[in-house]
Amino acid sequence: MNSGGGGGLILVSFLLALFLHIIPLPYELRWARPEWVSMALIYWIMAMPQKVGIGVAWVLGLLLDGLEGAYLGQNALSLSVLAYITLVLHRRIRVFVVWQQAFVVFVLIGIQQLLCNWTQSLQGGMAQNLMFLVPALISALLWPAMLVMLRGLRQNFGLVKPI
Amino acid sequence: MAVCVLSIVLIFASHRLHWLDDTRSVLLSIATPFYWLADLPARLGNWGGDTLVSRDTLLDENNALRAEQLVLLAKLQKLASMATENVRLRELLNSTALVQDNVLVAEIIGVSPEPLNHYVVVNKGSKDQVFIGQPVIDAYGLFGQVIEVSPYSCRVLLISDSNHAIPVQVNRNGVRAIAEGVGLLYELELSHVAATTDIEEGDILVSSGLGGRFPVGYPVATVRSIIHDPGQPFLSVKVTPKAHLNRSRHVLMVFKGQPEKTSAGLDGSSVASQDKTSVGEEKQ
Repeated sequence: MNSGGGGGLILVSFLLALFLHIIPLPYELRWARPEWVSMALIYWIMAMPQKVGIGVAWVLGLLLDGLEGAYLGQNALSLSVLAYITLVLHRRIRVFVVWQQAFVVFVLIGIQQLLCNWTQSLQGGMAQNLMFLVPALISALLWPAMLVMLRGLRQNFGLVKPI
Repeated sequence: MAVCVLSIVLIFASHRLHWLDDTRSVLLSIATPFYWLADLPARLGNWGGDTLVSRDTLLDENNALRAEQLVLLAKLQKLASMATENVRLRELLNSTALVQDNVLVAEIIGVSPEPLNHYVVVNKGSKDQVFIGQPVIDAYGLFGQVIEVSPYSCRVLLISDSNHAIPVQVNRNGVRAIAEGVGLLYELELSHVAATTDIEEGDILVSSGLGGRFPVGYPVATVRSIIHDPGQPFLSVKVTPKAHLNRSRHVLMVFKGQPEKTSAGLDGSSVASQDKTSVGEEKQ
């Protein structure tokens, strides 16, 4: 297995996800930002659980906290929980068809958003309604495209899924 | 599990103990290149728009700007004499001298990705003597204040954030109030306004300078609606921020200036904003 190249590809995809996370959106679309980082994380844990795990999720979460200026640990906590659930379920998620996977992604990112929202309520800014689930919905809708793209990249770089 | 506990400890530490304030400045330094990169497409677009514009458009724009400058200069003349008069009157009354603020132009390089947190990232940092708590204005009114500083960038909390409140007064009669953000970009609320308060729709609110964080006299908002519900102890007053919180690209970081003796060194930006206030008042 080509471990060095794999690490590079994973790193680049995470950096790209972080970059997409802060790209400015119009005010009217403020709730419609897909959770790029969570989606990339779910994919890489599902595909290569021996490389990407809770530790990576935690570091990514800290980076996100830095980007968002949130309480240090907010995203670290939610992404670690997301990573843990994905690790437990990854064999099952793999055999699902795409729309079933999209549903799982919706639930996972929904849980992550819920955790973020709870932590944010410490700062006073808590969502008043279920709008905070919209990013999860958008992410689920984008999941097929994300899956095809990342899978194509992974196969292109010759990274083999472990059994 | 250990990771969860560690995260919760971190959240607690940043919520209650403020141990991590230095760390956050480091994290903001790490975040700055990301914001810079994310801003790059917009900047390239602007550059392309500036470079590939036709000569006629440029000439038109130039003429329009020249006309505007003429108008502004004319207003400035009047203002300069009024400012001098004001200083003299204040001296007669033995009250404190007017403080003239200095400003530093800065550019917004990133906006908050979280819908509930309203802040922007600005391309000036501690290398430019930006400090935490520094007031920020744009061409139209008060914008926010600095909450995090790294060497080359800072994070500015907008006045519309639900964590933000600013002491204001009605420009017409000096009635004081506190304008709180509610997490909406186009709306602030005045808290605890008694039902008998003399406040009307269309009133302009300026910063009152109480609390010592924001300088006096910058326009903050206009009153949009006043609802008097007899069942409630206070009026529900909704106001619209004057600053273009969603559209500004350039903002001004305000440095507290020295007490002013003469009106010679009038600063352009604060003159413009004060002027706006008076113009708005005339309109009423």
